[in-house]
Amino acid sequence: MRDKPTQRRYRHRVLGALLQWGLLLFSSIAFAQAIDPLPFKDHAQEVRFQALTRELRCLVCQNENLADSNADLARDLRHEVFDLMQQGKSDEEIKQYLVDRYSDFVLYDPPVQGSTVLLWFGPLAILLAGAAVVIVTVRRRGRAAQAPTVDDKPNDEGDDW
Amino acid sequence: MSRLLPFFGFLLLVVLFGFGIWWNTQHDQREVPSPLINKPAPAFALPKLDDPSQTVSRDTLLGKPYLINVFASWCIACGEEHPVLMTQGKSIGVPIIGYNYKDAPDDAKAWLAQHGNPYDLVIADQEGRTAIDFGVYGAPESFLVDGKGVIRYKRIGPLTPEAIEKELKPAIAALAKEPAP
Repeated sequence: MRDKPTQRRYRHRVLGALLQWGLLLFSSIAFAQAIDPLPFKDHAQEVRFQALTRELRCLVCQNENLADSNADLARDLRHEVFDLMQQGKSDEEIKQYLVDRYSDFVLYDPPVQGSTVLLWFGPLAILLAGAAVVIVTVRRRGRAAQAPTVDDKPNDEGDDW
Repeated sequence: MSRLLPFFGFLLLVVLFGFGIWWNTQHDQREVPSPLINKPAPAFALPKLDDPSQTVSRDTLLGKPYLINVFASWCIACGEEHPVLMTQGKSIGVPIIGYNYKDAPDDAKAWLAQHGNPYDLVIADQEGRTAIDFGVYGAPESFLVDGKGVIRYKRIGPLTPEAIEKELKPAIAALAKEPAP
């Protein structure tokens, strides 16, 4: 206990202020990067643009979407998407435009087709298989518990998992 | 038997894991296969690098196969590829068209002057708009276009002597066997 309570309070306040400034600084940087000054017609169009570019994958930084990526190509593609929007193209048409050039890879939501069946329904199939195993096991145990036990000696078969 | 079941389950997971590792070493995970292969090359019209008043279009190049090689002076991997094109470019038997991608013309000219020019013709796409039509997402990339203007082969990343021997030359040889357009 070296500090007096008032000193400590002062120090906390300074720390708090510094933290706030730091956060403000970082958020402003993130903000500045996200903004690409595009002349949107109205707010609705901007919202649509943001939603659409979030669903499209950047090809350079492959784990980023077009909305967030700082890659040069991502910026070009954002401009392309913007121009297509100005031409009155629908979201589907814009997606198709990019798929025609860069394959389904650009879509974060891959379409359901022969090669993606496993991707779409594989987890569900595994879940159902697991559920089936659980149901079968539980039923079998239930039946075993109901069955009159002839001898109560522990069996050495080791089959009792 | 049922006592061994968990073990077999585990074994299955190990095999899957091993397969995953093997599979990922077999191919470049960043490579995105182009949907344009065996489709007509996008119609383009781009100025020549050394004379912007002249434009080159897909239609003026029809008739003979050619290789489009996307490069830029800022692209490091292009610098690795360049000596390969300088030494082996002539041996592939089709003209190589340099596609200068998002580059300042002066930088591109200086780069070619310094390292040599393996191209029969250089076109410039400063904006990178046409490159989007080609599905270019990085340089270097190479497209083999046949006499009918159809893209037959694409290489993403630098052309290496191995890729030229094993992929590009067989693709060109296959073109030569086809009846002329």
